[in-house]
Amino acid sequence: MTWLDRWREIMATLARRKLRTALTALSVAWGIFMLVVLLAAGQGLSNGAENAFADDAANSVYVQPGRTRIAHAGHGPRRRIQLTNEDLDLLAKAVPVADRTSARFRPRTDARASFRDRQGDFQVSGVQPDHQFLEKTTMEEGRYINDADIAERRKVAVIGLAVAQRLFRDLETPIGQMMNLGKNRFRVIGTFSDTGEQREQETIYIPVTTAQLSFAGGNRIDSIVFSVGETSVEESNALVEDLQRRLAEKHSFSPVDKGALRVFNRHEFYQKLGKVLWGIRMFVWLIGLGTIMAGVVGVGNIMLIAVKERTREFGMRKALGATPGSIVAMVLEEALVITTVSGYVGLVAGVALVEFAKRILPTDTGFFREPDVNIGVGIAATAVLVVAGLAAGFWPARRAARINPIEALRAET
Amino acid sequence: MISLQGITKSYWLGDRPVPVLRNVDLTVNEGEMVAIMGSSGSGKSTLLNILGILDDYDEGAYTLDGTLIRDLSESKAAVYRNKFIGFVFQAFNLLPLKSAVENVELPLQYRGMPRGERHEAAMAALEKVGLTSRAEHLPSELSGGEKQRVAIARALASKPRLILADEPTGALDSRTSGQVMELLEQANDEGATMIVVTHESDIAARCKRLVRIRDGLIWQDTRQTPIRIKVPEPVAESVPQIP
Repeated sequence: MTWLDRWREIMATLARRKLRTALTALSVAWGIFMLVVLLAAGQGLSNGAENAFADDAANSVYVQPGRTRIAHAGHGPRRRIQLTNEDLDLLAKAVPVADRTSARFRPRTDARASFRDRQGDFQVSGVQPDHQFLEKTTMEEGRYINDADIAERRKVAVIGLAVAQRLFRDLETPIGQMMNLGKNRFRVIGTFSDTGEQREQETIYIPVTTAQLSFAGGNRIDSIVFSVGETSVEESNALVEDLQRRLAEKHSFSPVDKGALRVFNRHEFYQKLGKVLWGIRMFVWLIGLGTIMAGVVGVGNIMLIAVKERTREFGMRKALGATPGSIVAMVLEEALVITTVSGYVGLVAGVALVEFAKRILPTDTGFFREPDVNIGVGIAATAVLVVAGLAAGFWPARRAARINPIEALRAET
Repeated sequence: MISLQGITKSYWLGDRPVPVLRNVDLTVNEGEMVAIMGSSGSGKSTLLNILGILDDYDEGAYTLDGTLIRDLSESKAAVYRNKFIGFVFQAFNLLPLKSAVENVELPLQYRGMPRGERHEAAMAALEKVGLTSRAEHLPSELSGGEKQRVAIARALASKPRLILADEPTGALDSRTSGQVMELLEQANDEGATMIVVTHESDIAARCKRLVRIRDGLIWQDTRQTPIRIKVPEPVAESVPQIP
């Protein structure tokens, strides 16, 4: 039998056994479709989570004072703890590996900013130069705050794009302009963007020393943020504990008082998040593989039944001159055609849905963004199903092809 | 052409062998038309299946046209069947999803004959059995007699040297049986060796040689003058209608 004859025969068989062909095709296509959609959804979740936390340096630690909850060393509870510039020195001693550090001071109320006849209420934050890296602030124009600004208490401001848009939209650039901030005039030295929330772009950064001076801050600071370099999570946890102990001693509160000092070790959190994301990915893979397995079992089942119900036909064909090899080849080629074509259809449908979802989903949805699937994985999964379909067809086909023709002819259909 | 020597075949019922053929010797020459008769369970169909290389045997030697059949691999046996033998079964054994002409084409397809050529040959065979007009019909759309004629066309299409017919008229009425036998006789006249298994004596009477088999043994082997009866054309118009 020539290959052309064989292909014609396969097509004719598939066309005449529509229900069986459709069921086999459906189980394969569905398996691949679900795998693609699940993997893309897993990737979307993963991207969303990563994006949500990509805003700040992954190995940073935030230290923010609060109110005590328990009485300690003669002090009653509900005492407000206030950090000062001295605590920065304490930090430098306690955490020598801190490679970037910034104090943060925010005036108690949002300072009104204005330029000519435009004005707005923005968040003002007094920071140090390292804050740019800790907050992953991207400069759009001009420069960030530098050490000289801090030392000389310069009245300079780095403004978010939203601020620039609101106050300086008529100008080509806000750089060099003098804006009013509270009762003082500040020179705009840079504009920035930030991948975080909208609120971050509505921020005005000024040197922390200037902020303390201009907004009656004295030597007070509101929070400290620092990064811990290349240390492990265990090491950074130990350092943070040591810092907490020292601050507790200095400010006279209990080291176990959770209210007095809030510490957020992003490094530790990030590692936990990584584990959760890995878990999600593995879970998605598990479900995907389960779906594929179900597809394999479905294809195998149908092939098994198909071969069994065709035993008599195989007997007839053998009586007419079909070799056992040609019978096996016929069954396998049928399986190959169905699984490849339907696997491809499932792949295309899955990718189409993912692309469609990408278009209609808003890009700034918190925990789900840019679902995507590695097309190689989809193709590999299709290949697995094709091979499984072939294997599922091979054994029963070989058995059927080996039965002597007269037994096959006697088989019940 | 055919030589069977000491052929023995048993089936197993659980762990007990049930002998079906016991030490059968048979020689059939080219061009013969042999009827094998016997009651049900006598071993006649098993004998035919062994002759058609559809079943194997336990002991003895079967030589077909000088080739010892036992030595053939499965694939070679398939090629041999395709080249040498045409089958006509009682149950027709047509592929249900293929049209009449596609069924007839199948052995030619396995022989590797190009499409156009085999279609022509299949149509010629269908013409011979008078079924050109039914060529595109599926077996389910054909009557029993028509199915058997398609099966005969399939056996004839590859111009085999040996035609094996197992109860070819078993499922047919007497008029259709007559037509089927005429076709087989015609093929024999054209040179094909014919072996017909039957339990009907009028079918056996149409063959040149009669082999009777009982309990797995050949107990009678006679040459005879075949009685050939032409099937009369149907005379439906002259049959009186019941008022």
